[in-house]
This record gives sequence, C-alpha cells and structure tokens, in this order.
Amino acid sequence: MNTSSRTIPDRLRSPLEQRLKSWETLLLLVAIGIFVANSLASPYFLNAWNLSDATFNFTEKAMIAFAMALLIISGEIDLSVASIIALASTAMGAAVQMGVGTPGLVLIGLGVGLLCGAFNGVLVTRFGLPSIVVTIGTMSLFRGISYIVLGDQAFRGYPASFSWFGQGYVWWVISFEFVLFAIIAVIYAVLLHKTNFGRAVYAIGNNATGAMFSGIRVQRVKFTLFLLTGLMSGIAAICLTARLGSTRPSIATGWELEIVTMVVLGGVSILGGSGTIVGVVIAAFVMGLVTFGLGLLNVPGIVMSIVIGALLIGVIALPRLWSMWRAR
Amino acid sequence: MLKRLIQSREALLTGAIMLLLALIFSRFPGFVTPANLANVFNDTAPLILLAIGQMIVILTRCIDLSVAANLALTGMVVSMINVAAPGLPIALIVVIAVGLGTLLGMVNGLLVWKLAIPPIVVTLGTMTIFRGLIFVISDGKWVNSHEMSPAFKAFPRTEILGLPVLGWTAVIAVIVFSVVMTRTSLGRAIYAAGGNPRAATYAGINVGKTQFWAFTISGALAGLTGYLWVSRFAVSYVDIAGGFELDVVAACVIGGVSIMGGMGTVVGALLGALFLGIIKNALPVVDVSPFWQLAISGGAIIIAVALNAKANRVKGRIILKRAERAS
Repeated sequence: MNTSSRTIPDRLRSPLEQRLKSWETLLLLVAIGIFVANSLASPYFLNAWNLSDATFNFTEKAMIAFAMALLIISGEIDLSVASIIALASTAMGAAVQMGVGTPGLVLIGLGVGLLCGAFNGVLVTRFGLPSIVVTIGTMSLFRGISYIVLGDQAFRGYPASFSWFGQGYVWWVISFEFVLFAIIAVIYAVLLHKTNFGRAVYAIGNNATGAMFSGIRVQRVKFTLFLLTGLMSGIAAICLTARLGSTRPSIATGWELEIVTMVVLGGVSILGGSGTIVGVVIAAFVMGLVTFGLGLLNVPGIVMSIVIGALLIGVIALPRLWSMWRAR
Repeated sequence: MLKRLIQSREALLTGAIMLLLALIFSRFPGFVTPANLANVFNDTAPLILLAIGQMIVILTRCIDLSVAANLALTGMVVSMINVAAPGLPIALIVVIAVGLGTLLGMVNGLLVWKLAIPPIVVTLGTMTIFRGLIFVISDGKWVNSHEMSPAFKAFPRTEILGLPVLGWTAVIAVIVFSVVMTRTSLGRAIYAAGGNPRAATYAGINVGKTQFWAFTISGALAGLTGYLWVSRFAVSYVDIAGGFELDVVAACVIGGVSIMGGMGTVVGALLGALFLGIIKNALPVVDVSPFWQLAISGGAIIIAVALNAKANRVKGRIILKRAERAS
C-alpha cells in the first residue's frame, strides 16, 4: 500500500476531467471504434436500412436491461426475464386462439409480465430469499409452464395490427421498437438520476441497512423494481412476439445472460450501488453493433458470443490490470 | 442426536426421495427394481459429479456458471483427439480431459482471485467463450459415434458389479470429496472462507486462493464429466449439455447448499442431484409429458430455497455446530 494515494489533492478533479475519465466515455470510444471498424470492414454497413435492422438486435433486450440495471444497482438480480418473455408470449398466443384482439393481447402481455415480476418480488421481499436462487427457480418455472402448454407446438396467427409493434416503422427507417427503446431509456434515466426513487435505489445498493434507518422502505422499493422488470419483460415479449409472428416455448432462450452482460458492460457494478442509464444505452449499442458488424462479415453467431464474453471480462479486467500495473 | 438427525436437510431430502419412490412404486413397481435404480443413478452421475464441484464453489460464496460449457469444450477436445489418434490409451484421454477441465477452471479461479472480478461475471463470460471455442475448433461439425474408437465409447459403459464405470465415478467422487471436505485443511478452509471471509482471513486463510482452488476442483470435475458425457452418448457437438449449469445449481440448492456460502455437504449435493434425476427418469414412466420436467424442477428449487432460508434463520451459519452446542 503506498501512502501517496491517500493524500488529499490540492484541488478536486474538474468536472470535465472526471467526465473524460469515466466509464461511459471509455465505452463510447469503444462504440465509435467498433462503428468505424465496421464501416471499413464491410461496404454494406453504412446503409440506413441496414443500420435500422441492426437496432432490432438490441432494442428488446435493452428495454429489459434498463429495469435490470436498477435492480442490480439495488443489489438484487432477476435471471427469469427471458422466461417471463416466454410465458407472456405463450399467454398472448393462447389468447389469439380464443380470438382476442390486439388491445387485449397487449394487456395480457403486460399483465403476465407484472404478475411474474410480483411473484419474484414477493418471494424475495416477503420471504427474504436470495434473488439469484429465486429467479433461477422461476426461470425454470415460467418457461416450464410454457413448455407444458405448448410442448413442441407453436402459436401463430397474430393479427396484422399486432405485428406493427415488432415490424412497424414510425418514420422512414425509424422503427416503432427503436422509438419505444428511446422513450423508455429517457424514462429510466429520469427515474434513476432525477427522482427520490432513484436516490433510494442507489442508497439501498450501497447500504441497505443504512437506507432503512434513513427512512427508505427498502422492501417496497425492491418489490417495485421486480414489478418494473416484469413489466419491461412483458413489453419486450409483445415486441418480440409481434416481430417473430409466432410463439414457441424456446423463445428468447439465453437472453437473461445477454441482458446481464449488457448491464455489466454498461458500467453497473454487479455488487450494486453504482451505474448509469447512459452506460447501459451505450453498452446496448456496442453489443448491437458488434453482433451486426460480425454478422455482415458472415461470422457465425456463436463466434460473436466469444467476442461478447471477452468484452464482458475484458472491460472489467483491463482497468484493474492497469491500476495493478500502475501501483507497482 | 435423533432430533438433530430428523431436522437435518439430508434426512428431510432422503425422506422426500423415499416418498417419491414409494409413490412411483405404487403404480409402477418396475421402476424401483435394483437394476433400474442403478440405471437411474448412472444416468444422474454427470449431474452428481458437477453438483459436487458446484457445491464447493458455492461454499466459498462464488458461483460457477461455466461448468456445462467446460464439459462441452473438454468433451469436444477429447473426442477430436480420439478421431485424430484412435490408438491413444483411454487412461491418457482421461488425464487430458481432467487436465483441460482443471485448466479452464483455473482461468475462472485466477480471474476471481487475482483481479477480484465478481464470479458471476467471470463465469458468465467464460461460459460464452468456452461455447464459442467449441464452434471454432470443431467448425460447427459433429463428432459422431462411428468416428469414435470402440475403446473410447466402451469405457463409461463397462459394468462392474452391475453398475457402469460412469456410475462408479460418481460414487468415488462422493467418497473422495466427503473426505476432502470434512477431513482436510482445504475442506475446512473452503467452509471458513464462505462462512465468514473476514474471520477466515484473520485465521490465516487466503480467501481468494481458496476460491481459486474451489474453481479448479469444479473445473477438474467438469472436464472429467466432459469425457464421460461424450463417450456415453457417443456424440459431441457445440450444444451438448446446454443449460445444464442451471440444473447443477438447482441440485445444490435442493441439496441444502446455501447460496450465501459456508453451508452444505457433499451428501446434500448428491441427494439434490438424485432428486432431480429420479424425477427426470420417472416422468416418462408415470406417463407425464417430459415437458413438465422444467416446471417441476423450478418449483422444487423455490420450495428448497424457502426451506433453506428457514433452516438458516434457526441455526445460523456456524462451522462447528457441535462445538457451539457443547460449550
């Protein structure tokens, strides 16, 4: 331990310097680097329609990632999000067979998402169970129910007006999903950074006991976060189902890990207490651009997962290696 | 003594398994014959092997989500080695499998120990990397039964006293790790590091290093299981054992291993794995669609973790319960 790091600086770092050295800036540089590399590597990359298509790689996942970011900042996690998508999608599929129209389908999707989130929330906050195990359990349970209902079958026949949520364009190349993604990002940024609720989320993640003694209703805030995560999964389920036009029980398999990767890549500490929505937004673009760029180069999806995995470990390991090397 | 036995998770779980078997027996006596039970045990052996490794990792307050990917990567490597050099003795193949698995486990362990990256992040990353590597080395192709040498495929199926080698491997692992966890200083260090890391540090235990060894053990067992898996099913491809890591964690949780670390036994992990294994094997017999399996194991996890939490509240996490009681 060298003592120099403990000395009090003559002046605080300027806000500009602080901002330049932040995680978000680093990530933004990575994103720009990937964008430039992609444009050089493939002539098909810089095309408005192609780029618009590329956004579908991350919009649905990112919607959930925002809620997940809040949940992780508060010190909990929800691994059942992809299974909530499966269950909500199955419920909507079943409703279609009974002749329910688009407004009903949307309500069912949102409702199932909220119910699943409430179920997780009750188990974690009422019974005091660790969220990682609870949601590993509900992850099997929710998708399991989809499998019981559907088996190896699929639901199809969604109304055309419903498809718009996944395939519609608001203006030129701007898809409905992208607009929704942007709106949700703004809502979550305000919620986390500008409201009492957001302050409470940080406080709980840093010191839950301290937060409780400061008069924050810890369990209620956590329950709300599980509800929000469920709701976002319901919204993602609507978009994804509308985009694919069919429901199978294996829908969105493995998304929970990609979403957690997105959140952690965005600079949210997996131990809770810190992180920003801007970081998650940039991380979503980074992951989307990497996936899309490699796809244009005919790199198989599974190889992209190596890049994503290495990115996840690398972005956390490199700063630590750097500070270890400097401490020498 | 008797009271403690009744209250213990192991006894509770044994009771649940007996009840389960009795229920199945009442309708399908054929399921509960020794030969079929040996079959079920053999089928559950990979889950038991991985659950033991996972339990050790969870004891140190970590989690290893890369076990199934480690298994698949090791399995692919040894089956490709077997295709390239069919004459290689099986003993050497086993050594390579365990060695490679150990190495992959050490990568996890080093990242957790030296860089202090949260285990869930590390193993989430290595999980996807390992899976990707399988694709890279195999080019997405399958290694099929007819390409593997007969000796390679025969090893896990060779029967000794009515139980195949695969099953015996699980038996040996249960015995070895029961001894390691209860009779060696490494085992003690693992419980201490997870039960109370700060106290463990003051007691002279290097918590990070202990976690490193836990990941190494988990990796070694995953590597060994990798060979046994591909040779038993006589096929190797990118997605084998996909999602198996969650079954493994489920087996641990059902077996009473506390996710907060420091609490759990090898026998508990064994029973948790057997519970899932029996359900999986019994569903087709009692004519329930196999599609029910996922939901049932999910429900079992939630019930088990609720029971765990209740038990934790009463007993607290103390390493030397008996000494505590005596004093």
